[in-house]
Amino acid sequence: MIQALMRMLFGSIVAGACIGSVAAQDSKVADELAKYREALADGNPADLLEVKGEALWAEKRGPRNASLEQCDLGLGPGKLEGAYAQLPRYFADTRKVMDVESRLVYCMVTLQGFKQDEVTRQWFSKPGKESDIEALVTFIGAKSNGKPINVPAAHPEEQRMAKIGEYIFYRRSGPQDFSCAICHGQDGKRIRLQELGNLTTREGAGTAMKTWPSYRVSQGAVWTMQRRLIDCMRQARWPEPDYLADSIIALETFLQKTATGTVMETPGIKR
Amino acid sequence: MKPRYALFGTLAAVIAVPSLAQTKPVEPPGGRYAKDAEQVFRSSFRVDNPKYWMSRLDQDETMRLCGQYRDNPPRKIGAQLEKANQATIRYPVEGKLIGDWKEGEKLAAVGTGGHIGFIQPDPPGRLRGGNCYACHQLAQKEVAYGTIGPSLQHYGKTRGNSEEIVKYTYDKIYNSNAFTACTNMPRFGLHSWLTPEQITHIVAFLLDPESPVNKD
Ligand code: HEC
Ligand code: HEC
Repeated sequence: MIQALMRMLFGSIVAGACIGSVAAQDSKVADELAKYREALADGNPADLLEVKGEALWAEKRGPRNASLEQCDLGLGPGKLEGAYAQLPRYFADTRKVMDVESRLVYCMVTLQGFKQDEVTRQWFSKPGKESDIEALVTFIGAKSNGKPINVPAAHPEEQRMAKIGEYIFYRRSGPQDFSCAICHGQDGKRIRLQELGNLTTREGAGTAMKTWPSYRVSQGAVWTMQRRLIDCMRQARWPEPDYLADSIIALETFLQKTATGTVMETPGIKR
Repeated sequence: MKPRYALFGTLAAVIAVPSLAQTKPVEPPGGRYAKDAEQVFRSSFRVDNPKYWMSRLDQDETMRLCGQYRDNPPRKIGAQLEKANQATIRYPVEGKLIGDWKEGEKLAAVGTGGHIGFIQPDPPGRLRGGNCYACHQLAQKEVAYGTIGPSLQHYGKTRGNSEEIVKYTYDKIYNSNAFTACTNMPRFGLHSWLTPEQITHIVAFLLDPESPVNKD
């Protein structure tokens, strides 16, 4: 079905390019994209991953043969409803601000006995190589559907991480002089045809953050927020951060704080 | 900061506000954690990134100050940065600033090049272009253009191609910050992203009456 839709979408862009004024073509492309999203809405491929994540969550695995059901994502052991929406947050047991992915990995290590490098080796999927983390995060994310994002960053450590995120957001470097703010600091801009929200406003950050994790049609895979931000750093032509690095968690804290109050709608679907 | 200076700072701010309402100082990103933040950022990269990749995180004075002022520096600092950036501009050996618009057309469209990292780097030798369409409308037939920068459609038609305009256009692409400190536009010549010769081709693409930027 996806292939067919892709063909439909691509075909209409080409057709659109041959007729009418530039403005008309633009809105035509946007229309097609909207239709396409609508068509996929009742069949987001991420739904399958969510089901897989649910099974993985309950399955006894790892050297300790334990499930993740006692994992504490911030609301208490096993409490999943709304957990994603209040991350990143400070955890007293690790004395660190952690996001959903770092906390999940922590649980896989402490509860199931996995080694961290073993469990993060496949932190994102490749064709033919699925990622447990991706599935679990999709499942955990969906458990926050309908809940408002709630990262007030009241704890001093959370406040510090939000500020570090803000610093990185405006920090320019690299052969294109990029910062996050170049692409995401203004209302109503696009790069080529991709719309870029203003991530410094609640409205813009909310529209973006509420839909992650998201199925990316162009990649044929669900992306987590770590994956999204690490790819934006690639687009900025910077070197590659570590998975679960503090700079990524800091950016997430900054963005989730800005988006606080926006109601979650995940898994999303993106270009 | 000693309390005495802090007090002085507060007073100065209070006095300055009514007269310079629109330039009220904004807190630098990161606030009191800025130093900390720099360290966190720098130590967040994979240790197997080669040194020459990591050097892409180094900042010159322009990048540093633009970040500090959220790309909106006070005019005095902006003017200093523009002067410093102006001084970096280099010209092609033969001195001719208008090249071949057909070459420029290709370069303006290419958005690849320069991606590093382990997940999806550009293959070696990947053509590196100006990626102008990411941010600008140019030739009418290309509808997939971005809007971070202003439309440059009919750029030559509206500006003419006087010596002055030719030089301005070359300089702008070589080092955008020579005119607008902290603009979102990259400094293509300064970073050797494009060679001076390649820039002359893009200048031609913008200015030549036969180029689709002006003809259609
Ligand atoms: C060179 C341009 C560029 C830079 C620099 C950049 N991004 Fe992005 N970003 C994009 C594009 C393009 C997309 C995808 C938009 C799409 O597919 O619709 C995106 C998507 C995103 C999203 C998801 C938005 C949504 O609506 O779902 C977030 C969040 C984000 N970027 C944050 C960042 C942060 C934080 C940084 C800095 C570390 C950054 N970006 C740097 C271009 C960039
Ligand atoms: C990441 C975004 C970005 C990219 C890529 C980019 N520009 Fe720009 N450009 C801008 C912005 C923003 C402005 C307006 C602010 C300014 O003048 O710097 C601008 C301004 C200009 C101007 C001045 C227009 C005027 O009215 O004087 C020219 C000429 C120009 N760009 C040409 C180019 C060309 C040619 C390329 C590709 C080689 C390019 N730009 C790539 C963002 C970009």
